[in-house]
Amino acid sequence: MTTITENAIPSPRRTVKDEMVAFAIMTALLLVVPLTGVYPFFVMQALCFALLACAFNLLIGYGGLLSFGHAMFLGTAGYCTAHALKVWGLTPELGIVVGVAAAAALSVVTGLIAIRRQGIYFAMITLALSQLLYFVYLQTPFTHGEDGIQGIPQGTLFGLFNLSKPITLYYVVLAGFTLGFLIIYRAINSPFGEVLKAIRENEPRAVSLGYKTDQYKLLAYILSGTLAGFAGALKVFVAQNASLTDVHWSMSGEIVLITLVGGLGTLFGPVVGAFVIIAMQQYLAGFGQWVTVIQGVIFVVCVLTFRRGVIGEIAHYFKRSL
Amino acid sequence: MSINLQALSAQLLVGLINGSFYALLSLGLAVIFGMLNIINFAHGAVYMMGAFAAYFLLNLAGIGYWPALILAPLAVGLFGMVMERTMLKWIANLDHLYGLLLTFGLALIIQGVFQNYFGSSGLPYAIPDALKGGMNLGFMFLPIYRGWVVIFSLVVCIATWFLIERTRLGAYLRAATENPTLVRAFGINVPLMITLTYGLGVGLAALAGVLSAPINQVRPLMGADLIIVVFAVVVIGGMGSIMGSIITGFALGIIEGLTKYFYPEASNTVVFVLMVLVLLVKPSGLTGRAA
Repeated sequence: MTTITENAIPSPRRTVKDEMVAFAIMTALLLVVPLTGVYPFFVMQALCFALLACAFNLLIGYGGLLSFGHAMFLGTAGYCTAHALKVWGLTPELGIVVGVAAAAALSVVTGLIAIRRQGIYFAMITLALSQLLYFVYLQTPFTHGEDGIQGIPQGTLFGLFNLSKPITLYYVVLAGFTLGFLIIYRAINSPFGEVLKAIRENEPRAVSLGYKTDQYKLLAYILSGTLAGFAGALKVFVAQNASLTDVHWSMSGEIVLITLVGGLGTLFGPVVGAFVIIAMQQYLAGFGQWVTVIQGVIFVVCVLTFRRGVIGEIAHYFKRSL
Repeated sequence: MSINLQALSAQLLVGLINGSFYALLSLGLAVIFGMLNIINFAHGAVYMMGAFAAYFLLNLAGIGYWPALILAPLAVGLFGMVMERTMLKWIANLDHLYGLLLTFGLALIIQGVFQNYFGSSGLPYAIPDALKGGMNLGFMFLPIYRGWVVIFSLVVCIATWFLIERTRLGAYLRAATENPTLVRAFGINVPLMITLTYGLGVGLAALAGVLSAPINQVRPLMGADLIIVVFAVVVIGGMGSIMGSIITGFALGIIEGLTKYFYPEASNTVVFVLMVLVLLVKPSGLTGRAA
């Protein structure tokens, strides 16, 4: 049977040097962004979604597990960080810790349930679990239902960086994104990542070699959920609100779309995808419901003709791994 | 606690009606999955299209409920077959997950287009004259239309089960699910059967849409949240058995109705919670084969 990322694996040999060069270019570009006059809010938002999609991609691209419920980590961390900042009055760093810890706890619980089934069922279970959480957040008082948590104070990180200044916030978000990206990069290139890829390619063989595959999958799921939560916590400082939109199934679909456009199973694909999709939403904001239709069309076109995604196609053309 | 029989039986009836829709939808999902190996994420969207088809037939062509009960599923089923022939066919040999992504995209397109023209509010669809009014059963008041929906859905479900499990056509279908190449070697047109199967599954969803139009109003997003509940139903029941899908669908509707009476706060989530419990106890689903 073909695996979902088969098209996305361009070359059997890993080209670490290329990846280093690409990482250097990406970081350099992101460092100079505030100097170019691009709307910083847009880039910060794209960075949060990029980290979110990278976390999602760790699971599908390297573990072969399609989660259709990653919005639950984004939303849970968002609500918890927002609550910690606004109601408990915690400092930004502690607020982030609260949000990430909540997402980590959620990923342990949902992971133990979801990894009991594979493939198509895994996708349906994660979707159902996130819908369960959506209804819980709709009814619990601390999320303020339809209104969401608004007007969240940004505060001063480590008592040094005033996050209400856009330029400071930008570099803090960039630092957070880079940290998350490097954690994922490290995980993929570790023995753990190799076993994960082996499980994706042929689980029975990995079992026969003595690997406890469920534990590997669970660990990948927890890592992915926790980092998605980190993205959600960072997003609170950018958007200054936490609402039901972040837990809705359409958000989970958007995460899948971002990764699909950029390239499933590629290192830089989710980042490129995030910038493409967020930019598209900015430009098409005036078209109302047509944005949903366009997203649907992109889904269909990508699945039918463009399964490697932007980065996957580039990597395939140059026969490199990116 | 004292039980208000009237309120309890009213909620049970609502549960039975929801159960009818769960059964019709999960039945269609199971039939499609058996043959095409994809989970049809557009199932909620075609359910909505069924309701809209009935609405259009009435308001544009003056065709009433009874013909719509046949015409709407046929039209939407035909639309489904076109989707299968033009798109789903091309990803048949890829991983199952691509089918999920493609049909998710199709659902976004269909729902987005309808939302654009009809907004998010509901359009009314009147109950046909013959089914208006209600009966007093002594312990409860039964609106005739609601009773009709439950009985008619049950009949359609059983008929589908009979078609697949007890007829020659169904035998070909089951054989093609197991080994399409071999069935093709016997001179049976398997690609045509695949297209018709998708049409059947989509038509069942559209039929559920027509049935629900007078009860739930006609809304572009009426199927969007429903399909996620149906996914949970499918995870609970497993997709290996046709009868299993039918029974699980009705049973979960009833449980949801009971929850609405005894603990209304959990009525939205009870199916998902049950899914979690089933996964912990019997991961392969109640009737399903391990996947």
